[in-house]
Amino acid sequence: MLILGIDTSTTAISVALHDGDRVVAQATTLDARAHAEHLAPGIRAALDQAGAAPRDVTGVVVGIGPGPFTGLRVGIVSGRTFAFALGLPVHGLCSLDALAHEAWLGGHRGGLLVATDARRKEVYAAEFLLDEGGLTRLAGPVVSRAAELQHDWRRLPIAGRGPLLYPADLPGPPEDGSEPSGIPLPRDVSAGALADLAVRRLADGDPADPLDGLEPLYLRRPDVSKAPPSQKSTLG
Amino acid sequence: MTDEPLVLGIETSCDETGVGIVRGETLLVDTVASSVEEHARFGGVVPEVASRAHLEAMVPTIERACREAGVSLRDLDAIAVTSGPGLAGSLLVGVAAAKALAVALDRPIYGVNHLASHVAVDIVEHGPLPEPTMAMLVSGGHSSLLLVPDVTNDVRSLGSTMDDAAGEAFDKVARVLGLPFPGGPHIDRAAREGDRIAIDFPRGLTSRRDLERHRFDFSFSGLKTAVARWVEMRHRDGEAVPVADVAASFQEAVVDVLTRKAVLACKDNGVDHLLIGGGVAANSRLRALAEERCTKAGIALRVPRPGLCTDNGAMVAALGAQMVAKGREPSDLGLPTDSSMPVQLVQS
Ligand SMILES: Nc1ncnc2c1ncn2[C@@H]1O[C@H](COP(=O)(O)OP(=O)(O)OP(=O)(O)O)[C@@H](O)[C@H]1O
Ligand SMILES: [Mg+2]
Repeated sequence: MLILGIDTSTTAISVALHDGDRVVAQATTLDARAHAEHLAPGIRAALDQAGAAPRDVTGVVVGIGPGPFTGLRVGIVSGRTFAFALGLPVHGLCSLDALAHEAWLGGHRGGLLVATDARRKEVYAAEFLLDEGGLTRLAGPVVSRAAELQHDWRRLPIAGRGPLLYPADLPGPPEDGSEPSGIPLPRDVSAGALADLAVRRLADGDPADPLDGLEPLYLRRPDVSKAPPSQKSTLG
Repeated sequence: MTDEPLVLGIETSCDETGVGIVRGETLLVDTVASSVEEHARFGGVVPEVASRAHLEAMVPTIERACREAGVSLRDLDAIAVTSGPGLAGSLLVGVAAAKALAVALDRPIYGVNHLASHVAVDIVEHGPLPEPTMAMLVSGGHSSLLLVPDVTNDVRSLGSTMDDAAGEAFDKVARVLGLPFPGGPHIDRAAREGDRIAIDFPRGLTSRRDLERHRFDFSFSGLKTAVARWVEMRHRDGEAVPVADVAASFQEAVVDVLTRKAVLACKDNGVDHLLIGGGVAANSRLRALAEERCTKAGIALRVPRPGLCTDNGAMVAALGAQMVAKGREPSDLGLPTDSSMPVQLVQS
């Protein structure tokens, strides 16, 4: 088994190969503006690192967001096309789940808010409960201003870049020592965690807990009024 | 000849998801999925709507192209893709898909200029391009006169529009006349019933002075304004607007200037071949007047069939196949998209 994981829903352009037991290669670049440039070289680098050829890959899993649309689509179209070219199965997973899973792998247990950058002064957010058995998404994903998320969410330990962007609105747990101390929470999605979560869910084979579809989680309608002017006969 | 390169081309610079497959100079398939109907109610292409549609159409369009051509992806020699110019978000979907194919199949990738592709597509229609070729590119985003010594690496701009592109002028005037988007084909149709000398609309940049300073440049925004003002006056006077006459007279003003300058460019540069490409090349009056004026001037005219004038994947595959055949270096896998890629830059 060799699963190719891809996620471009956050600042990280992340690629990983997972052999069913562990992540055998990972290539991650941080660049919020150039997803398409780094992704394919990242896939090639991960394959080289694992000493594998494209033909050795047995399946693809791609993060379907939510995330800024332009970058998100790069990952999804790449995953779908790579899989199609080699006749492989391709799965989608909510990218916020991958962040929660990475926190779980790091040892975090209890409640967790994942809040990532949705641009336009908003965050993508979901609430999780992490226990020994794994993660449960209790609510979300939603897109919202950080300050408008419900109060008890904003006092949970928070993964994702939300708290770095909106520290006043996303303070995390009150400073009374209730935060599971010392466990660093991930800020950007790692394709390794994404692939690991997919491998576990596929192994469980629980039809009641299937992987997500392959449609991007946009959570917003296309903005028709703010279409940027272009050289074409576009609006504006 | 089976040793000719088999190339798949992907085009997503605007609202058409195009996938074409070419072997050497032979077109095997040209598959296009368009989101134009989703944009029509907004009166223009909405970039985010176009990008979403590209994502959904990408794999099905590749699949359909392969099936209809009876080609297996494994047989491909190279992938070609439009890397610019165009809508940034749209370009990214095509370029990412092309790169994924290139990595999965371990094939070279060529990131090519959309405008050079509009020229190169005629190779699969009418055979090799004479070198140099004079090309007039008239589309929704561009109006340029190009001297093309080698479409794979030497495209020179002699002049271009200083404001609106020809297709843009068609689309805007159509809106003034209450015709649907995109307006070009509707004006073309309406004009057939109209009188093209009914109204004397201005011919931009054709005065003696302009022919010195802006010999091969175009300007259509004054024309657009003149049409709008003329229609407005009619409304104000409570008179019906003779849509067919306005369409025909406007269209005549555009194609008169285009063909006049194209022939002039051929003469000035001693080139006896003119190629017209881009969406506006589908215009029936442009084709007719160009034919008439070229014949008179002893210039051989080439215009691809209308389906190959608008955006499509075959044009990208056609240019890619030329690059492979001429031994051009492929692009780097890290190639960027360039939404304002200059016409002189054939490859990224
Ligand atoms: N029969 C016609 N007469 C006039 N204009 C036409 C006709 N058919 C299409 N057009 C115009 O062609 C344009 C579309 O052409 P094309 O698809 O080549 O442009 P684009 O891809 O949007 O721009 P570019 O190629 O510059 O990036 C539209 O403006 C449309 O109105
Ligand atoms: Mg075009």
